[in-house]
Amino acid sequence: MSSATNSSPDPGQGNEGKHHLAHYFDTRAQQYDSHKLAMWLFLATEILMFGGLFCAYAIYRATHPEVFLYAHTLLDKNLGAINTIVLLFSSFTMAWGVRAAMLGQRKLLMGLLAVTILCGFGFMGIKSIEYTHKWKHGLLWGERFDYAALQDHGGGHGETVVDEHAHAADDQIDAHADDDHGHADVDDEAAAVMAELDRDAEITVAHGHAPEDVPRNLHIFFGIYFVMTGLHGIHVLAGMGMLTWLLVRATRGDFGTHNYTAVDLGGLYWHLVDLIWIFLFPLLYLIH
Amino acid sequence: MEKPGQILEPESTGTVHDEPGGGNLHPHAVPLWMLAAVFAVLIGLTILTVAVTYVDLGRMNIGVALIIATIKGVLVAEIFMHLRWDRPFHRIALISAVCFVALFIGIAMLDSLSYLPDVIPGHAPAVDQ
Amino acid sequence: MNTGATTTADHVPGTATHDDHGNYLTCDKGFRSWILTLDHKRIGVMYLGMILFSFLVGGIMALLVRTELLTPTQTIMSADDYNRMFTLHGAVMIFLFIIPGIPAALGNFVLPLMLGAKDVALPRLNLASFHIYAVGAVMAVLSILLGGVDTGWTFYTPYSTTTNGAVIMVTMSVFVLGFSSIFTGINFIVTVHKMRPAGMGWFKMPLMLWALYSTAIIQVLATPVLAITVLLLVAERALGIGIFDPALGGDPVLFQHFFWFYSHPAVYIMILPAMGIISELVAVYCRKPIFGYKAIAYSSIAIAIFSFLVWGHHMFVSGQSDLATVIFSALTFSVSIPSAVKVFNWLSTMYRGSIKMDAPMLYTMSFIVLFGIGGLTGLFLATLSTDVHLHDTYFIVAHFHYTMMGGTMIAFLAGLYHWWPKMFGRMYSMKWANIGATLVFIGFNLTFFIQFIMGSKGMPRRYFNYPPEFEIYHQISSIGSYVLAVGLFVAGGVLVHSLLAGRRAPRNPCGGATLEWQADSPPIHHNFDEPLVLTDPYDYSGQEWDETVQGYVIAGASKETSST
Repeated sequence: MSSATNSSPDPGQGNEGKHHLAHYFDTRAQQYDSHKLAMWLFLATEILMFGGLFCAYAIYRATHPEVFLYAHTLLDKNLGAINTIVLLFSSFTMAWGVRAAMLGQRKLLMGLLAVTILCGFGFMGIKSIEYTHKWKHGLLWGERFDYAALQDHGGGHGETVVDEHAHAADDQIDAHADDDHGHADVDDEAAAVMAELDRDAEITVAHGHAPEDVPRNLHIFFGIYFVMTGLHGIHVLAGMGMLTWLLVRATRGDFGTHNYTAVDLGGLYWHLVDLIWIFLFPLLYLIH
Repeated sequence: MEKPGQILEPESTGTVHDEPGGGNLHPHAVPLWMLAAVFAVLIGLTILTVAVTYVDLGRMNIGVALIIATIKGVLVAEIFMHLRWDRPFHRIALISAVCFVALFIGIAMLDSLSYLPDVIPGHAPAVDQ
Repeated sequence: MNTGATTTADHVPGTATHDDHGNYLTCDKGFRSWILTLDHKRIGVMYLGMILFSFLVGGIMALLVRTELLTPTQTIMSADDYNRMFTLHGAVMIFLFIIPGIPAALGNFVLPLMLGAKDVALPRLNLASFHIYAVGAVMAVLSILLGGVDTGWTFYTPYSTTTNGAVIMVTMSVFVLGFSSIFTGINFIVTVHKMRPAGMGWFKMPLMLWALYSTAIIQVLATPVLAITVLLLVAERALGIGIFDPALGGDPVLFQHFFWFYSHPAVYIMILPAMGIISELVAVYCRKPIFGYKAIAYSSIAIAIFSFLVWGHHMFVSGQSDLATVIFSALTFSVSIPSAVKVFNWLSTMYRGSIKMDAPMLYTMSFIVLFGIGGLTGLFLATLSTDVHLHDTYFIVAHFHYTMMGGTMIAFLAGLYHWWPKMFGRMYSMKWANIGATLVFIGFNLTFFIQFIMGSKGMPRRYFNYPPEFEIYHQISSIGSYVLAVGLFVAGGVLVHSLLAGRRAPRNPCGGATLEWQADSPPIHHNFDEPLVLTDPYDYSGQEWDETVQGYVIAGASKETSST
C-alpha cells in the first residue's frame, strides 16, 4: 500500500494530465470551482428526488406499521448487509481513486476505478439474486403481489412475526381479496366496524389463501421496496457507466495533478449513491 | 505512509504554471490512513446496526438505526466527499437539500396522520368500473 | 489586451473588429452552427423561438376553449375534446411556456451579459437543457397524436391512473422538461456564484440576477420532487404499484402532496423572474434609482423559501386534515408580505420619476396593476371560509390567470420589448408597440375580470355545459379573449416588422445602466470587445441622450459608437 502511494509517477507520461481552460473562464481554479459547485447542486436534486420516495416510505410506515414489520421478514437481511459492505468498499476505493488522481498516480487510479466498477457489478448481481427470488415467490408490487404464494413461504427468513396485532383499522381492502372471495366483503365490513370500536383489536381477515397472520396491504411495502431499490439500482448502473468512461479516460492519460475534475465529480456522484443506500438498508431490511 | 493530518502536496513537484489563466489547482488529497479508517468505521457501524435489530428497544429501534445511518452518512460526506476541506457552500447545498426533504416529509406526514382517523376503513370506491 | 489603466468611455471605437467578427447572429452560419452552439445568446434565441411557438399553440387552444364556452351547450367541439383541450392548454402553457419562458429565453440571453461574462459557467449543460426541452416539447405534441389527455394539468390520481389517453406520454414529457429546468437552474446558480466580475459584490448585482438566482434555487430544490411524482404516476399506471391507488390501499391525497410540493414553488419559478424584469424596467423607464434595493433583493430570496411552505393551500377541500389546512392558510398569508414589499418598492420608484411611456413601461405598469389584483384575490383564496365557496370556480381561474398571465406573460413581453434591440439589433415602432400593449391590457381585463364575478356567483371551472344565466359572462369573457388575441398579434407583428424594416439599434436605446448595454446591439460572439466600466446598475445620472446615435451615451463622452 505504501509502496503504491510513494511510487513515483510514470515519467513523461503526463502525470499532470491534459488540462484545458475554457475561454469563458479566467482561471483554472474558477473552472474547477464552477464544475464542482454544479455537481453539488446536482447531488442536491438527487437527494430531493429520493426524498419523495423517503416521504412515501415514512407515511406508509407510520400508517401501516404492521405491514412493514411483517414484510421485512420476507427480505434477506444477510444479502442486504453484504450489499452494504460491497457498496461501502466501492466508496472507499473510489475515494482512494480520487486521491490517486490528485497525486497523478495513473496506474493506481486505473486499478481503483476497475475495482470500483467490479463492486458495482457485485452489487447489481446480488440485487438481481434478491429480485429473482421475489419474482419467483410473487413478492411483487401492488397488483402483481401474490398472496397465495405466501402459504408455502411460511414466516419468511427465520424471523417470526412478533407483533400479532393486526392494525387493520385504517387499511382498505386489497384487490385480491375482492377477486378471490365474495364473502371477503362481509368479513371486511365486520372488520371495519370492529376496528372502529377498538383500533388494536385482533382481527382475522381472509386474504386469499394467505396465512392468517399476514397483514393486509402487504403489497404496499413491496411497491415502495421496488421503487426505492429500483431507482437506486438505476443510479448504480448510471454510476458504473460513468466510471467506465473515467477508466477509459484514465487509461488514455487524461488525468493528472492538474486535471482530476472529472474523477473528483464522478467520485462525488458515486458516494451519493452509496449515501442513499446507507439509509435504504436499515429502513427496508432492519425493521424492528 | 503519510503522517497523520498532513495535507499532501501533489507528488509532481514540477514548475508552477503561470500561463494565461493559470490559477493552479491545489488538490487536497485525503491521507490514505484516514480513508482506510473511515472505511473500517463504516463497516463497524454496519455490523452494529444489524446487531442492534436483535435487541428489542421498542420504538427506539428505528431511532437508533437512523442515528447510525446518519453517522455513516456524515462520515461519507465529510471525508469521502471532501466536505471537510471544501467550500462551505457545498455543505450548505447538501444540508439545505436534506432540510427540504425533512420539511416535505414532516408536513406531509403531519397531514396524513391527522386525517387518518377520518379515513373510512373498508372498500375504496371502485375507481375502475 | 488593454491593461486598462484608464478605461474610460472615450475609447476609440474599433469599427474594423466589428466587421471582422460580425455579431453573434452572423458570425457563423448554417443549421449546425445553431443547433450545436454553446453560445448562451444563440441558445437563448432558440429557446425564445420554441417558447413563442408553444405560446402560440397554447393560445390557440385557449381561444378554442373560450369559443366553445360561448353557448351553454355544445358549440364547436365534443365534451371529451373540450376536456383534452383545456388539459393541454394548461400543460403546454405551464410546462412549455411560462416555466422556461423568462429564465431560459430572456435569462439565458441577459444573465451573462449583466455579469459582464463571456458565457454561462456551463455552456454544454445549457445546450443540453435546450435539447432536452425540445425532446420534451416533441413528446407533448406526440401525446396529442396518441389520443390526448383529459385529466387537467394536475394529473390527480386516481382519475389519471384509470382514464384512457396518453397520460404516460405527457407525464414523461413533464419529467423530461423538468430536467431541462433543473439544468438551467444549476447553470444560473453556478454562473452567479462564480462568474461575477471583480468589483460586483452580491449587493451590486442587478435585481434581475437576484430574481434569476432565487428562481434557480426553487428549480433545483423543487423540480426533482416533480420528477419522482411523475415517475410514481407512470409506475402506478404501467405497473400498478399501488402507492397512490385507493383500490390497492394507497393514498390519493398523498399524490396531491407530492404534486404540489413541486407545483406550488413552480408558480414562483414563473413569477420571480417576472418580478426581476419589472425591478429592472421600472428603474430604467422612470430614470430613477430603484427604491429599496436590498428589500427587493431579500424579498426574492424570502419568496423562494416561503414558496416551499404553502403548497397545502391547493388542497383545502381535497381531504387534507384540518390541522394542516389551518397551518397552510396562515403560511399562505405570510407569503404575501415579500410580494407586497416588491410592489411598494416599485411604486416608490415610480413616485416622482420621469416616466417614459414606452412599450416596456406600459407592460410594466400593466404588470403592477394585474399582479396586484391577482395577488390580492389570492388572499380570498387563502382564507379558509371563502375558499370553500370559491374553490374550483372561475374565481380560481381568474386569480391564477391574473398572476400567471397578467403577471408572468406581461412581464415576459415587457422584457422582450426591453431587450429586443439588444437581441436583434433593430428598433421597433414604438407607436404600434404601445397600441399592442394597450390592446393586451384591455383584452386581458375583459377576459378575466368577469370571471371573478362569474366564479363568485358559483360557476365551476372546467365545465362543458353551464346554466343559461352564466351565458352573458362567458360571452363577454370570450369576446375579451379575442381582443387579447388581436393585441398579442399586434405585439408580435411589431417585433417581426422590426426585424424586416426596423432602424438599427444603438448600444443603449433605453438608457439602462446594467452591463448588457455596454455591449454592441446585437453583441459580438464573446459579448464584449472593450473593457467594461463597472457602475452602479441603477445610477442614471451619468447618461445623456445623444441625437446622432439615437441612444444614451455616458455623459461627457464626446462620441459613442453605435453598432454598425
